[in-house]
Amino acid sequence: MEMVVVAPPALGKIEDLRRRFFATPLQALLSLASLAIMVFLVWKLLNWAVFSAVFTTSGGPEACQAAAGACWSVIAARWRIILFGLYPYDEQWRSALACLTVVVMTVLSCIPAFWTGRRIALVWGAGTALFYVLMKGGVLGLPYVGEEAWGGLALTLFIFVTTCLIGFPLAICLALLRRSGLPWISRTTGLIIDGVRSLPLISILFTFAIVLPFALPQWLVGDKLYRVILGSALFFSAYQAEIVRGGMQGVPSGQEEAAKALGMRYWQRVGRILLPQAMRNALPATINQFVISFKETSLVIIVGFFEILASGNAAYGTGEWRFAYVEVYAFIAFIYFIFVFSLSRYGAFLERRMSVGER
Amino acid sequence: MVSLLRNQKVRNALLQVLYVGSIAAMVLAGIAIARQNLAAQGITSGFDFLFKSTGWDLNFSLLPATANDPYWWYFLIGIINTLFLGTVGLTLATIVGTIVGLARTSSNELARLLGRTYVDIFRNIPLILQVFFWYAVITHLPTPRAAHEGWGFLLTSRGLYIPFPNVSSAALAAATLAVIAAIALPIWLGRTSRLSLPVGQRGGIQLACAAAALACAAVVLVAGRLADLPLLDFPALQGLNLRGGLRIPPEFATLAIAIAIYGGSYIAEIVRGGFKAVGKGQVEAALSLGLGPWRVFMLVRLPLALRAMLPILANQYVWLMKATTMGIAVGFTDFFMIVALTINHSGQTIEAIGILMAGFLAINLSLAAIFNRINKAIALKGNQLRG
Repeated sequence: MEMVVVAPPALGKIEDLRRRFFATPLQALLSLASLAIMVFLVWKLLNWAVFSAVFTTSGGPEACQAAAGACWSVIAARWRIILFGLYPYDEQWRSALACLTVVVMTVLSCIPAFWTGRRIALVWGAGTALFYVLMKGGVLGLPYVGEEAWGGLALTLFIFVTTCLIGFPLAICLALLRRSGLPWISRTTGLIIDGVRSLPLISILFTFAIVLPFALPQWLVGDKLYRVILGSALFFSAYQAEIVRGGMQGVPSGQEEAAKALGMRYWQRVGRILLPQAMRNALPATINQFVISFKETSLVIIVGFFEILASGNAAYGTGEWRFAYVEVYAFIAFIYFIFVFSLSRYGAFLERRMSVGER
Repeated sequence: MVSLLRNQKVRNALLQVLYVGSIAAMVLAGIAIARQNLAAQGITSGFDFLFKSTGWDLNFSLLPATANDPYWWYFLIGIINTLFLGTVGLTLATIVGTIVGLARTSSNELARLLGRTYVDIFRNIPLILQVFFWYAVITHLPTPRAAHEGWGFLLTSRGLYIPFPNVSSAALAAATLAVIAAIALPIWLGRTSRLSLPVGQRGGIQLACAAAALACAAVVLVAGRLADLPLLDFPALQGLNLRGGLRIPPEFATLAIAIAIYGGSYIAEIVRGGFKAVGKGQVEAALSLGLGPWRVFMLVRLPLALRAMLPILANQYVWLMKATTMGIAVGFTDFFMIVALTINHSGQTIEAIGILMAGFLAINLSLAAIFNRINKAIALKGNQLRG
């Protein structure tokens, strides 16, 4: 006997809407309330940001302050300060190019073809070197610009990239040390990791920037920027080490035993068997950690760096644009949002893609 | 010698001694150099400075503080400030997070969209940017003379003024205790084994207890009010300044708002994850037993979701507690800011950093201990079927 499956009759548009939004009185109430909130917020926002806003710089700050909506002319007038800080005006194209390098680097490392240890190291190593040369100059006919003049978005990106570049290998080392079979090595490493994790990042940055020079011999003190980057990398690696360790725990012990039985040495086992599988397990959490540490680079403002938030404060802090703080913060928030949102969306996509084979 | 190195046990012992020894040596060398450097500046190491007076003032303190107070008192104030801000911020963040999280799990598409937009926006903007933003907003509010006014609340650039009961501080403390009792007593009654009444039939007693405790609080407040004054003290303009009511300083308000909004977006995701973890079969079973939507929520989905989200929530709370250190960005004297000020003023760098580490370790460990207890108390006993 053949079974006949009849599709349910298609609902009309109105019936469909009724079922989705007005099935019960409570649902109807909820729908209407949500709709009202949404319409109200969207209207307010559009009215402020577009309809009553001033976009041109022609009227100057006074005309802008009188307007009912947003004063985007502060961005038009001050975007160079916000993005590039105190970097010399004529050389700011280098700063822009350096930021672009970081974007390209991030996009490249999101492509699965680059997910081998050597290629990813190559991309990040070359990218950071290019960034450094572009920013600092002194070679290839580029005038020299010292770190103290770096600022804005470029400084934020520099701190983020170097944090990851130092922190990631350190995290793998810490994770391996914590997994070590020698009890005192794993215990000491565990103590370091847990100690760093229990402290707030601000206190670590503060210690590295201001306290550490007391505790180091003169020749080791170095530039404040690099000390802060080291502190931030240490913090990143403590968190990332636990993620990597979690990934390693997900690798079945038979894998390592098989590798041992084949006569592979420790570094071969780690490099070819353990890490590739562990990194795959840890990938979603790793991207999440990158997202978090990108947001946390903004904390260096506390120890006195001129990164994008500080340059934003400077952009509206001086006299004539004092009233336009909302616009400046909205602009910076938008920049952060683009970076962070696209990275975290990518992470979510990856998580979905990777969980396909496991169901 | 070479044959000794070939011995695995010797080699392992040597490796461990080398590793631990080199780390210890680095730390000790650092401390020794720091002591030397500080001694060159005329700063003697040791914890004697804790009993010296500080000589600087605090802008926010729940306990009385003057510049004559010793350092240990300031550190205590700092910890209390941090805990107070943390408690207020976490409570607000939990409320915001629960509402947004429920919106995200609701069956209504519009509510889901609204919740999702909230989470996407506020999760992806750094907390410190939000702190700066709210601080700018609050400090750009009008002066007291032109304050925004409504329902007895006043919004000014000097802080938020709210109506406050006109009572003595002793009565206020007693009333606070009574309110805590009103929450804690019913919970205890629901769990204790001293009552012969079965657990399911204790609702009446619980309600009566809570009502009695709340009534006590009200009586204490009314009886303990200051003579000749109205019960509620409304803030009002007197001359150029505002008098009366309770002033919430801009710094505290900024941090509480920022932590509530940012933390709320994270907690919303945890709440959503918790509800997603509840097995579909259990909800369907409850529905097929004839329970209405409200009872399915209260008796099945919420208790199970709570168990799933508690461990992650504990981590988030620890994180948000650490986020109170943002206080230094706007000048709120939390524990970290007091440590930083101590280093600036007294130069007792090593000791202050040690106290900072010990303080945060204590806060984190006690939070973790509390949550472990709660977790253990509500964990499902035995091998019950899940999912």
